[in-house]
Amino acid sequence: MTATEPHPNRDTDSWARPVDRLTTTASGSGTDTVTGKRVAGPIQGFGQMWQKTFSVRLDGVATTAEQLVAHWKELFPTFWPKGSTFYAPLAGIAPGEVALLEVPPLPGSPIKMSTGVMVIYADSESFAFMTPEGHALSAWITFSAYRDGETTVAQVQALERTSDPFIELSYVLGANRMNDRFWEQTLENLARSVGVETPLVAATKICVDRRRQWRHVRNIRHSPALSMAMSTLTAPARWLRRRRAT
Amino acid sequence: MTSGTRAEVRSTAQIDTTLIRIEGEITSGTEKPLMAAFGQAVDSGARTVILDFGGLEYMNSGGIGLLVTLLVRAQRQGKRLMAVGLNEHYRQIFALTRLDEAISIHDTADAALAATI
Repeated sequence: MTATEPHPNRDTDSWARPVDRLTTTASGSGTDTVTGKRVAGPIQGFGQMWQKTFSVRLDGVATTAEQLVAHWKELFPTFWPKGSTFYAPLAGIAPGEVALLEVPPLPGSPIKMSTGVMVIYADSESFAFMTPEGHALSAWITFSAYRDGETTVAQVQALERTSDPFIELSYVLGANRMNDRFWEQTLENLARSVGVETPLVAATKICVDRRRQWRHVRNIRHSPALSMAMSTLTAPARWLRRRRAT
Repeated sequence: MTSGTRAEVRSTAQIDTTLIRIEGEITSGTEKPLMAAFGQAVDSGARTVILDFGGLEYMNSGGIGLLVTLLVRAQRQGKRLMAVGLNEHYRQIFALTRLDEAISIHDTADAALAATI
Protein backbone atom coordinates (compact mmCIF):
# COMPACT_ATOMS: atom_id res chain seq x y z
CA MET A 1 0.00 0.00 0.00
CA THR A 2 1.40 3.36 -0.97
CA ALA A 3 1.38 6.58 1.01
CA THR A 4 1.99 9.98 -0.54
CA GLU A 5 5.71 10.66 -0.35
CA PRO A 6 7.23 14.02 -1.25
CA HIS A 7 9.75 13.81 -4.05
CA PRO A 8 10.91 16.37 -6.61
CA ASN A 9 9.37 16.24 -10.08
CA ARG A 10 11.16 17.67 -13.10
CA ASP A 11 7.85 18.94 -14.55
CA THR A 12 7.12 21.16 -11.53
CA ASP A 13 7.97 24.48 -13.21
CA SER A 14 6.14 23.58 -16.41
CA TRP A 15 2.64 23.39 -14.91
CA ALA A 16 0.41 26.30 -13.94
CA ARG A 17 -0.84 26.52 -10.39
CA PRO A 18 -4.55 25.78 -9.96
CA VAL A 19 -6.80 28.83 -9.89
CA ASP A 20 -10.41 29.08 -8.92
CA ARG A 21 -11.27 31.96 -11.28
CA LEU A 22 -9.34 33.40 -14.21
CA THR A 23 -7.75 36.84 -14.49
CA THR A 24 -5.63 38.13 -17.33
CA THR A 25 -2.88 40.63 -18.07
CA ALA A 26 -3.67 40.61 -21.80
CA SER A 27 -5.41 43.63 -23.23
CA GLY A 28 -8.16 43.06 -25.73
CA SER A 29 -11.89 43.37 -25.99
CA GLY A 30 -12.47 39.88 -24.60
CA THR A 31 -11.55 40.58 -20.99
CA ASP A 32 -15.11 40.55 -19.73
CA THR A 33 -15.85 37.14 -21.17
CA VAL A 34 -12.90 35.52 -19.39
CA THR A 35 -12.28 37.26 -16.08
CA GLY A 36 -14.00 35.42 -13.25
CA LYS A 37 -14.63 32.28 -15.31
CA ARG A 38 -13.33 28.80 -14.47
CA VAL A 39 -11.35 26.68 -16.88
CA ALA A 40 -13.25 23.81 -18.52
CA GLY A 41 -11.65 20.82 -20.20
CA PRO A 42 -13.12 17.86 -22.08
CA ILE A 43 -14.42 16.37 -18.82
CA GLN A 44 -16.70 19.39 -18.35
CA GLY A 45 -17.82 19.66 -22.00
CA PHE A 46 -21.11 18.57 -23.59
CA GLY A 47 -20.54 17.14 -27.06
CA GLN A 48 -18.77 14.14 -28.46
CA MET A 49 -15.09 13.96 -27.52
CA TRP A 50 -12.61 14.29 -30.35
CA GLN A 51 -8.87 13.87 -30.43
CA LYS A 52 -7.52 15.81 -33.38
CA THR A 53 -3.87 15.73 -34.37
CA PHE A 54 -2.44 18.02 -37.04
CA SER A 55 1.21 17.94 -38.03
CA VAL A 56 3.52 19.49 -40.58
CA ARG A 57 7.01 18.33 -41.53
CA LEU A 58 9.56 21.11 -41.88
CA ASP A 59 11.60 19.41 -44.59
CA GLY A 60 14.88 21.13 -45.37
CA VAL A 61 14.62 23.55 -42.44
CA ALA A 62 17.57 23.59 -40.03
CA THR A 63 15.76 24.01 -36.73
CA THR A 64 15.58 21.87 -33.62
CA ALA A 65 12.32 21.08 -31.85
CA GLU A 66 13.29 23.43 -29.02
CA GLN A 67 14.12 26.28 -31.42
CA LEU A 68 10.83 25.83 -33.24
CA VAL A 69 8.78 25.85 -30.04
CA ALA A 70 10.59 29.01 -28.88
CA HIS A 71 9.79 30.66 -32.24
CA TRP A 72 6.16 29.46 -32.03
CA LYS A 73 5.71 30.87 -28.52
CA GLU A 74 7.30 34.19 -29.39
CA LEU A 75 5.29 34.85 -32.54
CA PHE A 76 2.19 32.79 -31.73
CA PRO A 77 -0.41 35.48 -32.63
CA THR A 78 1.08 35.93 -36.11
CA PHE A 79 0.39 32.33 -37.11
CA TRP A 80 -3.34 32.52 -36.56
CA PRO A 81 -5.56 32.54 -39.65
CA LYS A 82 -6.72 35.89 -40.99
CA GLY A 83 -9.76 37.26 -39.16
CA SER A 84 -8.80 35.82 -35.77
CA THR A 85 -6.85 37.69 -33.11
CA PHE A 86 -4.79 36.35 -30.21
CA TYR A 87 -3.99 38.86 -27.47
CA ALA A 88 -0.95 37.48 -25.67
CA PRO A 89 -0.54 38.01 -21.93
CA LEU A 90 2.24 40.36 -20.79
CA ALA A 91 4.50 37.49 -19.72
CA GLY A 92 3.96 35.67 -23.01
CA ILE A 93 3.11 32.00 -23.26
CA ALA A 94 4.06 30.86 -19.78
CA PRO A 95 2.34 28.55 -17.26
CA GLY A 96 -0.64 30.24 -15.59
CA GLU A 97 -0.95 33.11 -18.08
CA VAL A 98 -4.34 33.85 -19.65
CA ALA A 99 -4.60 35.08 -23.25
CA LEU A 100 -7.61 36.65 -24.92
CA LEU A 101 -8.98 35.76 -28.33
CA GLU A 102 -11.37 37.13 -30.90
CA VAL A 103 -12.60 34.60 -33.42
CA PRO A 104 -15.39 34.79 -35.99
CA PRO A 105 -18.19 32.28 -35.26
CA LEU A 106 -18.19 31.47 -38.99
CA PRO A 107 -15.44 32.16 -41.57
CA GLY A 108 -15.83 35.65 -43.03
CA SER A 109 -18.31 36.72 -40.38
CA PRO A 110 -17.99 40.43 -39.45
CA ILE A 111 -19.03 39.53 -35.87
CA LYS A 112 -16.26 38.33 -33.56
CA MET A 113 -16.70 36.18 -30.46
CA SER A 114 -14.48 37.11 -27.53
CA THR A 115 -13.02 34.41 -25.36
CA GLY A 116 -9.63 33.27 -24.05
CA VAL A 117 -7.36 30.41 -23.04
CA MET A 118 -5.20 29.60 -20.04
CA VAL A 119 -1.66 28.32 -20.55
CA ILE A 120 -1.71 25.22 -18.34
CA TYR A 121 1.64 23.80 -19.39
CA ALA A 122 4.77 25.06 -21.09
CA ASP A 123 8.26 23.62 -21.46
CA SER A 124 10.96 23.82 -24.14
CA GLU A 125 9.28 21.27 -26.43
CA SER A 126 5.58 21.95 -25.94
CA PHE A 127 2.89 24.17 -24.48
CA ALA A 128 -0.79 23.59 -23.79
CA PHE A 129 -3.94 25.68 -23.46
CA MET A 130 -7.18 25.00 -21.61
CA THR A 131 -10.35 26.84 -22.48
CA PRO A 132 -12.56 28.80 -20.06
CA GLU A 133 -16.28 28.41 -19.46
CA GLY A 134 -18.13 30.19 -22.23
CA HIS A 135 -15.67 29.10 -24.92
CA ALA A 136 -17.27 27.16 -27.78
CA LEU A 137 -15.04 24.20 -26.95
CA SER A 138 -14.12 22.57 -23.66
CA ALA A 139 -10.63 21.58 -24.64
CA TRP A 140 -6.97 21.02 -24.03
CA ILE A 141 -4.81 21.95 -26.97
CA THR A 142 -1.14 20.97 -27.01
CA PHE A 143 1.39 22.54 -29.37
CA SER A 144 4.63 20.64 -29.72
CA ALA A 145 7.59 19.81 -31.91
CA TYR A 146 9.70 16.70 -32.26
CA ARG A 147 12.40 15.22 -34.48
CA ASP A 148 11.55 12.50 -36.97
CA GLY A 149 14.90 11.42 -38.42
CA GLU A 150 16.52 14.54 -39.87
CA THR A 151 13.29 16.53 -39.93
CA THR A 152 11.56 18.63 -37.29
CA VAL A 153 7.79 18.14 -37.11
CA ALA A 154 5.37 20.68 -35.62
CA GLN A 155 2.16 19.35 -34.14
CA VAL A 156 -1.14 20.60 -32.72
CA GLN A 157 -3.19 18.09 -30.75
CA ALA A 158 -6.62 18.97 -29.40
CA LEU A 159 -8.71 16.91 -27.01
CA GLU A 160 -12.08 18.56 -27.14
CA ARG A 161 -15.81 18.49 -26.67
CA THR A 162 -18.17 21.23 -27.74
CA SER A 163 -19.34 23.11 -24.67
CA ASP A 164 -23.11 23.16 -25.20
CA PRO A 165 -25.88 21.76 -27.45
CA PHE A 166 -25.96 24.80 -29.77
CA ILE A 167 -22.27 24.50 -30.54
CA GLU A 168 -22.61 20.72 -30.86
CA LEU A 169 -25.33 21.22 -33.47
CA SER A 170 -23.10 23.64 -35.36
CA TYR A 171 -20.28 21.06 -35.19
CA VAL A 172 -22.53 18.44 -36.74
CA LEU A 173 -23.51 20.95 -39.44
CA GLY A 174 -19.92 21.74 -40.45
CA ALA A 175 -18.19 23.82 -37.78
CA ASN A 176 -16.12 20.76 -36.85
CA ARG A 177 -14.47 20.87 -40.29
CA MET A 178 -14.01 24.66 -40.02
CA ASN A 179 -12.25 24.17 -36.70
CA ASP A 180 -9.92 21.64 -38.36
CA ARG A 181 -9.15 24.14 -41.09
CA PHE A 182 -8.21 26.72 -38.43
CA TRP A 183 -5.41 24.51 -37.09
CA GLU A 184 -4.31 23.45 -40.56
CA GLN A 185 -3.90 27.11 -41.54
CA THR A 186 -2.06 27.85 -38.29
CA LEU A 187 0.47 25.11 -39.03
CA GLU A 188 0.80 26.22 -42.66
CA ASN A 189 1.57 29.77 -41.46
CA LEU A 190 4.11 28.46 -38.93
CA ALA A 191 5.83 26.33 -41.57
CA ARG A 192 5.98 29.22 -44.05
CA SER A 193 7.52 31.45 -41.37
CA VAL A 194 10.54 29.15 -41.17
CA GLY A 195 10.93 28.79 -44.92
CA VAL A 196 8.72 25.90 -46.04
CA GLU A 197 7.26 27.02 -49.37
CA THR A 198 4.43 24.52 -49.77
CA PRO A 199 3.61 23.07 -46.36
CA LEU A 200 1.56 19.87 -46.25
CA VAL A 201 -0.48 19.37 -43.08
CA ALA A 202 -1.44 15.84 -42.07
CA ALA A 203 -4.56 15.38 -39.93
CA THR A 204 -5.90 12.53 -37.82
CA LYS A 205 -9.29 12.71 -36.11
CA ILE A 206 -10.52 10.15 -33.62
CA CYS A 207 -13.92 10.30 -31.92
CA VAL A 208 -12.82 9.16 -28.47
CA ASP A 209 -16.33 9.28 -27.01
CA ARG A 210 -19.48 9.31 -29.15
CA ARG A 211 -21.72 9.98 -26.16
CA ARG A 212 -22.88 13.46 -25.34
CA GLN A 213 -22.66 14.49 -21.69
CA TRP A 214 -26.22 15.60 -21.02
CA ARG A 215 -25.34 16.24 -17.38
CA HIS A 216 -23.41 19.26 -18.69
CA VAL A 217 -26.28 20.65 -20.80
CA ARG A 218 -26.45 23.64 -18.45
CA ASN A 219 -23.12 24.86 -19.86
CA ILE A 220 -25.39 26.74 -22.21
CA ARG A 221 -25.78 29.45 -19.56
CA HIS A 222 -22.15 30.49 -20.28
CA SER A 223 -22.59 30.46 -24.05
CA PRO A 224 -21.42 33.70 -25.71
CA ALA A 225 -23.44 32.71 -28.79
CA LEU A 226 -26.59 32.63 -26.68
CA SER A 227 -25.71 35.98 -25.07
CA MET A 228 -25.12 37.46 -28.50
CA ALA A 229 -28.44 36.12 -29.80
CA MET A 230 -30.33 37.40 -26.75
CA SER A 231 -28.66 40.78 -27.07
CA THR A 232 -29.64 41.00 -30.74
CA LEU A 233 -33.23 39.90 -30.09
CA THR A 234 -33.75 42.35 -27.25
CA ALA A 235 -32.03 45.28 -29.02
CA PRO A 236 -35.34 46.81 -30.31
CA ALA A 237 -36.84 46.77 -26.79
CA ARG A 238 -33.74 48.45 -25.34
CA TRP A 239 -33.83 51.05 -28.12
CA LEU A 240 -37.49 51.78 -27.38
CA ARG A 241 -36.80 52.11 -23.65
CA ARG A 242 -33.97 54.57 -24.32
CA ARG A 243 -36.22 56.62 -26.63
CA ARG A 244 -38.98 56.83 -24.01
CA ALA A 245 -36.45 57.85 -21.34
CA THR A 246 -35.26 60.80 -23.42
CA MET B 1 6.74 -0.58 -24.18
CA THR B 2 7.98 2.93 -23.55
CA SER B 3 11.29 3.19 -21.75
CA GLY B 4 11.03 4.74 -18.32
CA THR B 5 7.40 3.82 -17.78
CA ARG B 6 6.05 0.79 -15.97
CA ALA B 7 2.41 -0.02 -15.27
CA GLU B 8 2.11 -3.09 -13.11
CA VAL B 9 -1.22 -4.75 -12.30
CA ARG B 10 -1.68 -5.92 -8.72
CA SER B 11 -4.60 -7.61 -7.03
CA THR B 12 -6.13 -6.13 -3.87
CA ALA B 13 -8.00 -7.45 -0.87
CA GLN B 14 -11.23 -6.98 -2.82
CA ILE B 15 -11.88 -9.38 -5.66
CA ASP B 16 -13.52 -6.79 -7.94
CA THR B 17 -10.85 -4.11 -7.41
CA THR B 18 -7.47 -4.06 -9.12
CA LEU B 19 -4.56 -1.70 -8.57
CA ILE B 20 -2.25 -0.44 -11.31
CA ARG B 21 1.08 0.79 -9.98
CA ILE B 22 2.53 3.43 -12.32
CA GLU B 23 6.24 4.19 -12.24
CA GLY B 24 8.20 6.67 -14.32
CA GLU B 25 6.54 8.97 -16.84
CA ILE B 26 3.07 9.58 -18.20
CA THR B 27 3.13 11.26 -21.61
CA SER B 28 1.20 10.71 -24.81
CA GLY B 29 3.95 8.22 -25.70
CA THR B 30 3.16 5.95 -22.75
CA GLU B 31 -0.28 4.93 -23.98
CA LYS B 32 0.66 1.30 -24.68
CA PRO B 33 1.78 0.19 -21.19
CA LEU B 34 -1.02 2.06 -19.46
CA MET B 35 -3.80 0.79 -21.72
CA ALA B 36 -2.39 -2.74 -21.64
CA ALA B 37 -2.43 -2.69 -17.84
CA PHE B 38 -5.99 -1.38 -17.82
CA GLY B 39 -7.05 -4.10 -20.26
CA GLN B 40 -5.44 -6.72 -18.02
CA ALA B 41 -7.25 -5.31 -14.98
CA VAL B 42 -10.61 -5.42 -16.77
CA ASP B 43 -9.96 -8.94 -18.04
CA SER B 44 -9.35 -10.02 -14.45
CA GLY B 45 -12.90 -8.96 -13.62
CA ALA B 46 -12.21 -5.62 -11.95
CA ARG B 47 -15.12 -3.23 -11.57
CA THR B 48 -12.94 -0.64 -9.87
CA VAL B 49 -9.41 0.21 -10.97
CA ILE B 50 -7.13 2.08 -8.59
CA LEU B 51 -4.31 3.98 -10.28
CA ASP B 52 -1.35 4.23 -7.92
CA PHE B 53 0.76 7.25 -8.85
CA GLY B 54 3.26 6.79 -5.99
CA GLY B 55 6.07 6.13 -8.47
CA LEU B 56 5.18 8.89 -10.92
CA GLU B 57 8.19 11.07 -11.75
CA TYR B 58 7.08 13.12 -14.73
CA MET B 59 3.84 14.01 -16.49
CA ASN B 60 3.28 16.53 -19.28
CA SER B 61 0.08 17.80 -20.89
CA GLY B 62 0.00 14.78 -23.21
CA GLY B 63 -0.07 12.59 -20.11
CA ILE B 64 -3.14 14.32 -18.76
CA GLY B 65 -4.80 13.77 -22.14
CA LEU B 66 -3.94 10.09 -21.87
CA LEU B 67 -5.58 9.87 -18.44
CA VAL B 68 -8.78 11.40 -19.86
CA THR B 69 -8.76 8.87 -22.69
CA LEU B 70 -8.36 6.13 -20.08
CA LEU B 71 -11.23 7.61 -18.06
CA VAL B 72 -13.52 7.60 -21.11
CA ARG B 73 -12.59 3.99 -21.82
CA ALA B 74 -13.33 3.05 -18.20
CA GLN B 75 -16.69 4.84 -18.22
CA ARG B 76 -17.65 3.15 -21.49
CA GLN B 77 -17.03 -0.23 -19.87
CA GLY B 78 -18.84 0.71 -16.67
CA LYS B 79 -15.65 0.73 -14.59
CA ARG B 80 -14.73 3.15 -11.84
CA LEU B 81 -11.33 4.84 -11.67
CA MET B 82 -9.67 5.99 -8.45
CA ALA B 83 -6.29 7.61 -7.83
CA VAL B 84 -3.89 7.13 -4.93
CA GLY B 85 -0.30 8.08 -4.18
CA LEU B 86 -0.47 11.52 -5.78
CA ASN B 87 1.99 13.94 -4.24
CA GLU B 88 1.00 17.58 -3.70
CA HIS B 89 2.30 18.62 -7.12
CA TYR B 90 0.23 16.06 -9.02
CA ARG B 91 -2.82 16.72 -6.84
CA GLN B 92 -2.55 20.35 -7.97
CA ILE B 93 -2.43 19.25 -11.61
CA PHE B 94 -5.56 17.14 -11.11
CA ALA B 95 -7.23 20.21 -9.56
CA LEU B 96 -5.99 22.57 -12.29
CA THR B 97 -7.28 20.35 -15.08
CA ARG B 98 -10.43 19.45 -13.10
CA LEU B 99 -9.60 15.78 -13.52
CA ASP B 100 -10.34 15.43 -9.79
CA GLU B 101 -14.04 15.92 -10.62
CA ALA B 102 -14.06 12.61 -12.49
CA ILE B 103 -11.44 10.51 -10.71
CA SER B 104 -11.74 10.33 -6.93
CA ILE B 105 -8.46 10.84 -5.09
CA HIS B 106 -7.41 9.02 -1.92
CA ASP B 107 -4.21 9.13 0.10
CA THR B 108 -3.65 5.39 0.14
CA ALA B 109 -4.93 2.26 -1.53
CA ASP B 110 -6.48 1.22 1.81
CA ALA B 111 -8.49 4.44 1.87
CA ALA B 112 -9.58 3.88 -1.73
CA LEU B 113 -10.62 0.31 -0.97
CA ALA B 114 -12.61 1.52 2.03
CA ALA B 115 -14.38 4.02 -0.23
CA THR B 116 -15.47 1.29 -2.65
CA ILE B 117 -17.46 -0.56 0.04
